[in-house]
Amino acid sequence: MKVLLGIGGSDDSLDALDRTVERAVEAGDELTVAVLDNPESDRSADEVIDHATSVLEEAGLDADVRHLTGDPGSELVELAGREGFEQVVLGGGERSPMGKIRLGHIAEFVLLNAPVTVSLVR
Amino acid sequence: MTSDTDAPGPFPTPPHAFEDADGREITVRSLASTDDEGFESLVAMYDDFDPSMRAQGIPPTGEDRVRSWLDTLVGGDAYNVVAWHDDDAVGHATLVPDGDDAYELAIFVHQDSQGCGVGTRLIRTLLGYGAANDVGHVWLTVERWNRAAIALYEKVGFETMSAESFEIEMEMDLSTARVQTDNTG
Repeated sequence: MKVLLGIGGSDDSLDALDRTVERAVEAGDELTVAVLDNPESDRSADEVIDHATSVLEEAGLDADVRHLTGDPGSELVELAGREGFEQVVLGGGERSPMGKIRLGHIAEFVLLNAPVTVSLVR
Repeated sequence: MTSDTDAPGPFPTPPHAFEDADGREITVRSLASTDDEGFESLVAMYDDFDPSMRAQGIPPTGEDRVRSWLDTLVGGDAYNVVAWHDDDAVGHATLVPDGDDAYELAIFVHQDSQGCGVGTRLIRTLLGYGAANDVGHVWLTVERWNRAAIALYEKVGFETMSAESFEIEMEMDLSTARVQTDNTG
């Protein structure tokens, strides 16, 4: 399956990266990793790209890593439609001090606007 | 509403006893530690919690997950109150420090004790407990479809701060809240 993973550097997105790479190795998915400018994340896009590259190398998975600039949600949705991805994968949200799951703004936008199935990794 | 101030309250402090709309004697008491008598009843309440009443991923399902979740809430710097009917926990409300000088609030009432005023008394007692302990800024998030919860939060004095996402964020300044000295009402 042709899978597009969007990560912005939040903890839940890095967890989604590990799990999606693992899954792609098992299932033979054709994976593209899109690094997004997430204003809610403390990590820079360059740091996230380096991290994604090393995770892919370690797993021995050949996957594209791209930096998407501009509005992260709409850029990701646009890319998914334009290049015929079958699924978009995102992190499953951060937890509040109470333990409530809070979806980021990117996930909300993509869930409502993506033309294909969206998976949130938990 | 009093004419001299818009400050929230007055709120009762625990222990706070009252009769609910079903005529049951309910007492709201503070819960300081997981070693407290009654902690097991709270675990049992959550273990029996209607899964369809969950909100934003909590309470978790399964006793093990419930215990590890409660371990992060009870004790430490959080403030917890539990509503009791005889020896059964029927509701729980908590103020958890967010590491930024503010507290996140949540409240859960067992499905068999909803609709009879327990939630209102429980949250008001928690706010009184927090105010008496110098808790200032309190916030919460609630799913925007959860109208009953939003109405409860508004009734006790919360104001909506942000409503642009799936969740509504509400807050209250407890530093000016009045605390009730007579705890019978």
